[in-house]
Amino acid sequence: MPEVILKVENLYKSYGELTVLNGISFQVRQGETTVIIGTSGTGKSTLLTCINLITPPDKGRIWLEEIEITDPKTDINLVRSSIGMVFQHFNLFTHLTVLDNVRLGLTVVKKIPKDRATAISIEKLNLVGLADKLNSYPAQLSGGQQQRVSIARALAMDPKLILFDEPTSALDPELIGEVLNVMVKLAESGMTMVVVSHEMGFARAVANDIIFMENGIIVEEGDPETMFHHSRNPRTQEFLHKITELYGGRPK
Amino acid sequence: MDQLSIIWQGLPSLLSGTLVTLNLTFYFLALGFILGIILALGRVYGPSYVKILIILPFERFFRAVPELVLLFLFYFGSSFFHINISAFIAAVLAMGFRSAAYQAQIFRGAILSIGEDQMKAARSLGMNTLQSIRFVILPQALRLSIPSWANEYAVVLKDSSLAYAVGVTELLRQGRYIVARTFGNALLVYTVCALIYFILVFAGNQVLKHLEEKYKIPGYEFKQRREQSVLERI
Repeated sequence: MPEVILKVENLYKSYGELTVLNGISFQVRQGETTVIIGTSGTGKSTLLTCINLITPPDKGRIWLEEIEITDPKTDINLVRSSIGMVFQHFNLFTHLTVLDNVRLGLTVVKKIPKDRATAISIEKLNLVGLADKLNSYPAQLSGGQQQRVSIARALAMDPKLILFDEPTSALDPELIGEVLNVMVKLAESGMTMVVVSHEMGFARAVANDIIFMENGIIVEEGDPETMFHHSRNPRTQEFLHKITELYGGRPK
Repeated sequence: MDQLSIIWQGLPSLLSGTLVTLNLTFYFLALGFILGIILALGRVYGPSYVKILIILPFERFFRAVPELVLLFLFYFGSSFFHINISAFIAAVLAMGFRSAAYQAQIFRGAILSIGEDQMKAARSLGMNTLQSIRFVILPQALRLSIPSWANEYAVVLKDSSLAYAVGVTELLRQGRYIVARTFGNALLVYTVCALIYFILVFAGNQVLKHLEEKYKIPGYEFKQRREQSVLERI
């Protein structure tokens, strides 16, 4: 079995009276894809942003390989530069070209010389099929293209894992495919990914592990076969039934 | 005496007054710009004790007190502390601080309108707060600030005439000298002063408009043509 790359232990997060994460523990192995599913407002996105401390958790510990992220002595910026993040609304830097969006982290954070950074950026943009859009600005691209740029931006940093926060939820139905295809390709190339998504077709085809969350806790966790066909939890069955009906098992 | 020759002979002193006015304006705006950005960033990202103890009192004070009063406070008040500052410096401090308080609001509004998502994306890449501000937040905020900043430029340039009151020989005072020296036509001389102010404001705003155009983000242009066609249909 591949070694564990991300370990989350007993994570808690509340906003005032509202408890969003109520003791979450799970781990992700090198090269595997974990898909987190669940109804809206169950803390899936909060969980993701807690992993790189963009949202600081109240309690609990997180390890990336042997580094404890939640240790106050850890250089969090260094850790963040090795964890990619892809957002629901892309969050591309609107004032920069596609190339500069991908290159900025390399030159500013990793201090890589500009020509080398340019080469890496073009290579990653090529990977997501956007090498012809180097000089376009985000607002000139379709949602699907923007999301692919943001995946290239994450990839350029050479991350140990990438977190995807509902990467296709803000896209027109006909643009979802191009983003999912890139993600499938990534998973097959051995990238470690944690994906919050409602795309059951993607989960079924790619996930090594599916986590079903509700009310801040993990209700059930297992491989796609177990979750889709042999779930013992009535809530999991009900949710998967509904969501599959709604979104369908989109072909790969 | 021929009125036009009064203006003609007075022109060199009016122009030297114009230079002083431009000088004042430059220092007001520069002090206001640097301090304004620091204040705005402090308001948005700073710890709350800095906001409550320093930034808010500063902004409230310099927004609430009339500029002429500030000017007198700095110029005549400084001697109370046995500090001798020139009228020019007093004006720069009083009006520069006043402008900082106003510009801080301009920049703060622009920063807030960018939204948290950009900051999140920058931090996720591993940038620290300062890097995120420098490479992601400020380049966008400054672009958004240009239209309101053009207002501030006009206000500051015109308000430089208040420095007259503490004896700075800027444009208006030079005009006043000409009227006094030549028993000349006040209406004519002050009209020329007004014209010079108008030209300076107009030219400055043209430059800013050009900057706005130059640095606009492609894809974010105001869809003017479509708006027009909607209006035409009404």
